[in-house]
Amino acid sequence: MKFLTALLLTALLSFVGGLYAPWWSLALMSFLVAVLVAQRPGKAFLAGFLALFLLWGCVALWLDVRNKGLLSARIGELLGLGSSSILLILVTALIGGLVAGFAALTGSYLRSPKRTTSFR
Amino acid sequence: MRIIPFAISFIITIGLVIALNMKWGPAPPFGKFLSPQQGFWQNAEPIDKDFSAELSFPELKGRANVYFDERLVPHLFSDNDNDAYFIQGYLHAKFRLWQMEFQTMATAGRISEIIGDRAIDYDREQRRMGLVFAAENMVKGIEANQQTREAVGAYTAGVNAWIDNLTESDLPVEYKLLDYKPERWSNLKTALFVKQLTKTLAGYGYGNDFQYTSLMSVFTDDEIKMLFPYASDSLSPIIPKGTLYETPSSFALKPAGADSVYLKKVDSLTILQTDKPNDGIGSNNWAVSGSKTKSGAPILCNDPHLDLNFPSIWYELQMHTPSFNAYGVSFPGIPGVVIGFNDSIAFGFTNGGIDIMDFYKIRFKDDSKKQYWFEGQWKDTKIKVEEVKVRGGATVLDTVAYTHFGPVMYDKSFTNVSSGGEAVAIRWKAHDESNELLMWWHLDRAKSYEDYAAAIKYLECPVQNIVFASKKGDIALWQQGKVPLRWERQGAYLMPGEDDSYSWQGYIPQEQNPHTFNPERGFVSSANQRGADSSYPYYVPGDFSVYRGIRINDQLNTLQQITPEDMMKLQNDNYNTKAAMFRSALLKYTDQSKLNEQEKKLLGIFTSWNLVNNVGEKGPTIFDAWMDSLMKEVWSDEFARVKDPLYPHQSTLIEWLGRDSAFRYADNINTPGIETNTDVVTNSFKAAAPALLKLDADGKLYWGHANSLTIYHLLRTGAMPFARQGISNGGGSEIVNATRKTFGPSWRMIVQLTEKTEAYGVYPGGQSGNPGSWFYDTFVDTWAEGKYYSLWVMTDKEATDPKVKWTIKFNHR
Repeated sequence: MKFLTALLLTALLSFVGGLYAPWWSLALMSFLVAVLVAQRPGKAFLAGFLALFLLWGCVALWLDVRNKGLLSARIGELLGLGSSSILLILVTALIGGLVAGFAALTGSYLRSPKRTTSFR
Repeated sequence: MRIIPFAISFIITIGLVIALNMKWGPAPPFGKFLSPQQGFWQNAEPIDKDFSAELSFPELKGRANVYFDERLVPHLFSDNDNDAYFIQGYLHAKFRLWQMEFQTMATAGRISEIIGDRAIDYDREQRRMGLVFAAENMVKGIEANQQTREAVGAYTAGVNAWIDNLTESDLPVEYKLLDYKPERWSNLKTALFVKQLTKTLAGYGYGNDFQYTSLMSVFTDDEIKMLFPYASDSLSPIIPKGTLYETPSSFALKPAGADSVYLKKVDSLTILQTDKPNDGIGSNNWAVSGSKTKSGAPILCNDPHLDLNFPSIWYELQMHTPSFNAYGVSFPGIPGVVIGFNDSIAFGFTNGGIDIMDFYKIRFKDDSKKQYWFEGQWKDTKIKVEEVKVRGGATVLDTVAYTHFGPVMYDKSFTNVSSGGEAVAIRWKAHDESNELLMWWHLDRAKSYEDYAAAIKYLECPVQNIVFASKKGDIALWQQGKVPLRWERQGAYLMPGEDDSYSWQGYIPQEQNPHTFNPERGFVSSANQRGADSSYPYYVPGDFSVYRGIRINDQLNTLQQITPEDMMKLQNDNYNTKAAMFRSALLKYTDQSKLNEQEKKLLGIFTSWNLVNNVGEKGPTIFDAWMDSLMKEVWSDEFARVKDPLYPHQSTLIEWLGRDSAFRYADNINTPGIETNTDVVTNSFKAAAPALLKLDADGKLYWGHANSLTIYHLLRTGAMPFARQGISNGGGSEIVNATRKTFGPSWRMIVQLTEKTEAYGVYPGGQSGNPGSWFYDTFVDTWAEGKYYSLWVMTDKEATDPKVKWTIKFNHR
């Protein structure tokens, strides 16, 4: 449940951030969510990664479909990725995901306690 | 908190963000660029995009509606002129902002700011040529006149209304690729656009002064005059031969010592010029009177040939206000309709090709460049220190001295391979204050021949052939511009800058510029040929074409009962006049006994060719290769002694070989024997044959393959996916359909001035400058097929016409 909350919250806040702030605001958002919603580092990374992978991937896919792949083919060739839009969408999603994942990981380390065992 | 993992992952995150926000060489900043909410994905325009909107701006005085038709051509209806120019600026920016800014940055020598140190030399050359100086002077002219001050002011405000409301995601994709942002527009940028055009149409390549000077080290002035004749024998001038000219009312006085000093002096100074204009830049225009047309109304046609680019240099629109209703193409960067028509008249342009740029050798007192020797005393220069800002590098400071001639373009700090650091100043008409925009302001509103004749007087440079036709039935053509009065051969070579008698001594009186009004032959035409033959009483140097004019005049002489369709055929005419005039001489001088079977087969194809440069013909490819080979065979021996040689025109060679069986330059000076015409023609054919035979074996000898056209994006090879390659529609240089490699007819227009105007047009581009828009290259295929769109002159009662696809409403806020 926490995982899903973190994922959705990260995607939502990053989307809003993208409307008003520079693209890298997604790192701040992912970091913030990971601080607020405590999870183990691995899970936090995955939640951040998936949130942005899906957000960027879906937005790009939506824009690409409405554009019938005209621009993605041209940009794909320009960047040496060929004229297939799927590859460019995947690269886009991956870059968003990586930044968000590492930002979330950072947030979770800030939050998570030192690995100590305590007895009561 | 777990310090070490936190620190590591924090550093990775920050590192990623920085790396993805940064430009890597030519690659864009990937995070920023790929972000679907802000990066390039935002430029992926939906195929069903709705362009309709309601907008309000405080600068607007009234209401206006812009109706877009299915080709995204705006029909702008405004209740006052000011708003019309504001909205035109807004639309130019909305659809073409990047090209407008990039081109004016290039003119101002500021490309290094965008792409770094690769452009420093280019930027310095632009500045040292005085392009900013020229534009600043033009702004004075624009702002001194109320009409242009208001029109340009409103236009600039309109461009800025778009720029000021731009968000990161709205930026044209080129800004995102190169990672920079637009500045605000200004009247100076509008003037810079005009000056870049002037450089293209009346820059160095129309005088070639340095190269002629260089030829002086090998040839005498008389020889050079033969090699580069003033007027070609086959010339079919704009003003027909036999026209009587008035006695000149002014003339230039030749300096006493010029014959012995200037025209005979052997001078080894040579400077390599890097920026030679394309030999295909030219244009056709003509108008036929009602006596020759089927409808009885005049038809006006124009197709300006330019280097073709994406986004196109043209933006089509209709502008309707209470004071005018003009339709045609405009330049994103300046207000008004540039080539088009209104409810009463139509007008169009071709380049005059006249040299308005001369060079003077300057003797500085010392390296400070603060004083130079003129008329027996030291005269002060004005020093301008140019700051070339360089992306990712240190700013370059460049000191340029301005003399009374103009800027000292070359000196010790800016030389080319062989300039030896000599100081040379440039005298260019484009530096003088003028206001060409006022011509278009008046042309868009002109109602009669008198209005047109008054409007064109505001054009000082570049010299243009301006064609005119009216619904009243008049046709006319003026070669207009302010052309320096020169004594014969003045300015052909670099001139001494110490002696005032070598300065320009005035201008040809405007009323004596070559012109024709309702001529008996029933048509007027121009195709970059010399305006008048040598009986014209002024010496007018320049660079001129020959063959297109011959073909057009022949056709217009023959045609009767002309329809717009006939004119479409003529604009797309592929007949090779040059080959027609030269083939028999080539065949006469070909010694077939020296050819092998394969070569004979090739010659057979050439002999039976129908002289038309259609895509399916092999003849044009053979002719072109043969001509190139022949030029080399004839000239390379003599010209090898010249640094940066300027070769004579092909027409000169053709005429010479045709009339002179003992052509002296046929001899190869590096061989003991004496070569004849037959030797050079036969040898040049044999030299060209292997490559041609190889092409034929590969099935690539067809003209459609050899003359394949590329329309580059303005970023050239840096953005090939934004270009269109492999377009073929025949034609060629010196063919009426002047399509070749990267240049061609940039706008084809035909206007029949019947009571209800019937007009056709097409340009190889699209209304949107966005490579992510389906309107980016909409017209290219239609253009390549030689087809046209019917131009819809909308009336204000047609707002509900199904052709209106989108509407933007503009209101005062």
